[in-house]
Amino acid sequence: MDLFEYQGKQFFSQYGLPVSDGEITFTVEEAVEAAQRLGTPVMVKAQVHTGGRGKAGGVKFAATIEDVHEHASNIFGLNIKDHVVKRIWIERASDIAEEYYASFTLDRSAKKHLGMLSAEGGVEIETVAEENPEAIAKIWIDPTSGLTTEMAENWVKSANLPEQAAKGAVKILLDLYQAYVKGDADLVEINPLILTSDGDVHVLDAKVTLDGNSIFRHPEYAEFDKTQTRDERETTAHDRGLQYVGLDGTVGVIANGAGLAMATVDVVNQVGGAAANFLDIGGGANAEVMAGALEVINNDPEVKSIFINIFGGITRGEEVANGIIEALQNVDIEAPIVIRLDGTNADEGRSILKPHLSETLQMAPTMLEAAQQAVDLARKDNDK
Amino acid sequence: MSIFVDENTKVIYQGLTGSQGRYYGLLNRDYGTKVVAGTNPRKAGEEVEGIPIYANIKEAVKATGAKASCIFIPAAGVQSAVLEAAEGGIEFIVAITEGVPAHDEAHFYNHLQNEFPQVQLLGPNCPGIISPGKCNIGITAGHIAKPGGPVGIVSRSGTLTYQALYELKEKGIGCTTCVGIGGDPVPGTSFIDCLKAFEEDSETQAVMMIGEIGGSAEEEAAEFIANNMTKPVSAYVAGVTAPPGKKMGHAGAIVSGGKGTAQAKMDALRAANVRVGLNPTEAGEHMVDIIAELTNK
Repeated sequence: MDLFEYQGKQFFSQYGLPVSDGEITFTVEEAVEAAQRLGTPVMVKAQVHTGGRGKAGGVKFAATIEDVHEHASNIFGLNIKDHVVKRIWIERASDIAEEYYASFTLDRSAKKHLGMLSAEGGVEIETVAEENPEAIAKIWIDPTSGLTTEMAENWVKSANLPEQAAKGAVKILLDLYQAYVKGDADLVEINPLILTSDGDVHVLDAKVTLDGNSIFRHPEYAEFDKTQTRDERETTAHDRGLQYVGLDGTVGVIANGAGLAMATVDVVNQVGGAAANFLDIGGGANAEVMAGALEVINNDPEVKSIFINIFGGITRGEEVANGIIEALQNVDIEAPIVIRLDGTNADEGRSILKPHLSETLQMAPTMLEAAQQAVDLARKDNDK
Repeated sequence: MSIFVDENTKVIYQGLTGSQGRYYGLLNRDYGTKVVAGTNPRKAGEEVEGIPIYANIKEAVKATGAKASCIFIPAAGVQSAVLEAAEGGIEFIVAITEGVPAHDEAHFYNHLQNEFPQVQLLGPNCPGIISPGKCNIGITAGHIAKPGGPVGIVSRSGTLTYQALYELKEKGIGCTTCVGIGGDPVPGTSFIDCLKAFEEDSETQAVMMIGEIGGSAEEEAAEFIANNMTKPVSAYVAGVTAPPGKKMGHAGAIVSGGKGTAQAKMDALRAANVRVGLNPTEAGEHMVDIIAELTNK
């Protein structure tokens, strides 16, 4: 789950990290009122789940209330890499002397937590990593022993942060690590972490991704789930508890298992088509789940044909076939369907499907043939 | 021969009294797996279809001498179940449960490395392990696997594992052991652990590997294959056409910051002389060729 900057800052402040006072706003009027309460100068910051806000004109300094009005008017509705700005964070402006970078994430190769710290903040860390990798001080932390004060002090030294920032930075890194671990985050990133001209170290931005699997420990994260960026199709699928990712093609894909669903998308693309989505219905493939999946696909106007790819393991072929037939009776499907059913009791399943087959409900013996048929059907529709 | 398990492996099911644990535990027993005990502190002394339930792992191990366990416990309890198993003397732990927080996985993985280096953890979020005709621990449908070898299978994806077993069976090729390592960010058993074991296993003559996008496990496996494997390998990497930044079902399957793409993984594997298929069927066909070449030698 990706947090907006303001949510990330609220999350950080629970763990004692110093963030600026600010307010979240949804209209220009609210933005102006917030600035009046906070007192100018303020920063006017677009809240979107993507990077590169500054370059796109989504982050502006406002010296006066008039400036706030002007910037907020421009930023609301701004399209930043297909993310339309609907929220603006108004924050008391800071006096920046220097900019640093700090983050924690899981290093999947090392199977340890990875901390990264750099005296060169304010720019994308990928750029620093490419152009000047020595400028990033890395530390690998064993989750069973954690980050100690001594480790943090040495780490700050090796990153060449100036003496006056050292003490504040150590405190922030220790608190940030707590936020990362106790908050079950996949990523916590501060860029920039700043030194003010008064000598304070301060959190100026917050990028936080939380682990959705940890929600049983953090029921309050349900709030963040509601503010995830999803298109209409993804929202419908999410409400039905289906694993769905929207893509740009015309062949709707339904498969059981994440790997098989990915492979199905691959195969559709390989035979010259384009998948409209990734949809994993899980192991079961019963009528209810199948009906939900078909409804989600049906809501996508781009879909011209549907490829149902099921491999029966524990779930037997006849259960899958009955599930599909029952689902089709409950959902009015417009696009033609191609089914590939394999695995346990596939023959029994196929003979259940056979009497129902037609122009719009076809069956193919293998994954490749089924993909080809589905792609041909999608093309035929396009030629109409 | 087989790797990690064989016909003598005794298994304790942690969560045998739950619905999933009971269902698969009994299926596994029907297959021939030595399901010797279950654990549940509130149901000690009871049984599940003749399988005794003990209060904890320590007592179950003492009574049965089992060295393997299989975890069917809700995600919130997996961390303590893994540690209980290791502390109780289990040396091979199979964690089927999905949805375990990544921080928990990182924590118990390192705890085992530090305190119980002899313990092999498989999973979490994996289908388990099957040595056809000998032992099936987890949720794989046993009858889709043909016993006898000569192929070893290691896979990050559940249904694609079944697909691989099935394709080989259809072509008359058997499997020594099939290991589903799971699609989570911190899998207890890696591709390399399995490749190493297959390389040492006398019955395994070739290995089929199924990877997917995200992380760098396939690249690391490729390096291991280039430097250490004498047996031929065929592979498929799912998600060739997956867009960056979108999680494809598995917690670990995501292309981020240009890293973890299927193309990079396939390139690395090809450079290590692995025969890479563009879809599971093609990888299966590569394996047919490999077996034919081995037989004609």
